[in-house]
Amino acid sequence: MAKPPKKTQEDPSTTGHQWDGIQEFDNPMPRWWLWTFYVTIVWAIGYSIAYPAWPGIKSATTGLLGWSTRANVEADIARVNATNDAINTRLASADLGSIATDPELSGYATSAGSAVFKTWCAQCHGSGAAGAVGYPNLLDNDWLWGGDIESIHTTIAHGIRNEDDPDARYSEMPAFGDILERDEIDQVVNYVMSLSETPQDATQVAAGETVFMDNCAVCHMEDGTGDREQGAPNLTDAIWLYGGDYDTLKATVEYSRFGVMPPWTERLTAAQIAAVASYVHQLGGGE
Amino acid sequence: MALLDKHKILERNVTLLAIFAFLVVSIGGIVQIAPLFWLENTIEDVEGMRPYSPLELTGRDIYVREGCYLCHSQMIRPMRDEVERYGHYSLAAESQYDHPFQWGSKRAGPDLARVGGRYSDDWHVDHLMDPQSVVPESLMPKYSFLANRMIDGEYVGDLLKTHRIVGVPYSDEMIENASLDFAVQVDPFGDYDDMLERYPGAQVRNFDAQPGISEMDALIAYLQMLGTLVDFSTFTPVASR
Repeated sequence: MAKPPKKTQEDPSTTGHQWDGIQEFDNPMPRWWLWTFYVTIVWAIGYSIAYPAWPGIKSATTGLLGWSTRANVEADIARVNATNDAINTRLASADLGSIATDPELSGYATSAGSAVFKTWCAQCHGSGAAGAVGYPNLLDNDWLWGGDIESIHTTIAHGIRNEDDPDARYSEMPAFGDILERDEIDQVVNYVMSLSETPQDATQVAAGETVFMDNCAVCHMEDGTGDREQGAPNLTDAIWLYGGDYDTLKATVEYSRFGVMPPWTERLTAAQIAAVASYVHQLGGGE
Repeated sequence: MALLDKHKILERNVTLLAIFAFLVVSIGGIVQIAPLFWLENTIEDVEGMRPYSPLELTGRDIYVREGCYLCHSQMIRPMRDEVERYGHYSLAAESQYDHPFQWGSKRAGPDLARVGGRYSDDWHVDHLMDPQSVVPESLMPKYSFLANRMIDGEYVGDLLKTHRIVGVPYSDEMIENASLDFAVQVDPFGDYDDMLERYPGAQVRNFDAQPGISEMDALIAYLQMLGTLVDFSTFTPVASR
């Protein structure tokens, strides 16, 4: 065992612990540390009195401040609702067509509608409203069910082809795979392609026109421009929801499509629906 | 100071040190954790909560297996911005049959606590197959293989039994009929009345619109159920909780 080092006069006393000849000076704690420690103890006592803390038999102490996460969030929501209450009431009761002419109302509706859109609509229609395959682009002039603000409002409020809202817009294209012969489908697909672009097989177009007039024109109109009353798309504008190539069109004719949209009346307030309708209307394609 | 000097005994005997350290930690743990099991304001009984149906539970297993919780939380915090985006804040009771819970700690993707009913089944299929097809800026990986992995639910009763061991109140009847309930939930033309009685509010549909029961069916059934069990139009949480 090594000899302990000689103590000098200035050395403080040791704690008395000795491990393999190593001793520990008994220095006091730094004052700032000690006082910080005492302050945290006092703080903890005060904190546990002010806030919910100590468990009892049935419940915990609620704290002098009566703090509650649930009450706080309710109050926060109520505060914002109260702030916007006046303009929300105005927006909900406003004539939809007049929103755009009222700067205050349209400014609020566009901002609020943008927030609603990003929360509830962007997942299908895209955060920029440009849509995706099967989910319509809301920026262009092509509307399935109408692009004036009343039509947009109705679509949002009641949705499309859903079971939840009796007023939902509803139409169903038959699956022509069971109705037409294979060569007839081939012909009509080529005819539809010829309406806006180059058909895959130009020799089929004339025959396809006959098939189209007999089967499709009743909804898509004789000139193929569609019918918004029944959500029948315009086939002449080279804007495609599912795709305008031969294979996709053939699949559409054979199996048909059945795009759905939920009704929003139950989830959103009347003001929110008016706001998001106004937002979509001003995106560029509104009529 | 005689008692305090005795710490030398503990410091020189590692077994004693371990025992006393364990005692100290236990006391701390009991004081903090035990009251949560009896305090009325931490145990909230919420109407509508029920154990997950066999198909939903299977979907939940797939959710856990694929690590969805690494990017998606299932916990809407009581803050205005979260409530406005995701819906009513989550209640503890809504996770009461989750073993393990799926609160998560990271949101690379959105919170899913109330994703049920928010999108159509078609959207979920599109989105799981190729998330970027509907959300171009999404960084979620593709899960199209789920549609090709068929499952038959033969052993789903064992899964229910396992959950019963950890406290989920599955009845003998539920476990007995697990495989049947599993299959009937994707069959809108089947006899699903008994299943609905056992699991009120369960949604019966062919979720992935393909024949057979795939993992896609199970996962979408689970997602479409999330957050829908408690009816907040009739249930108002007590503010003091």
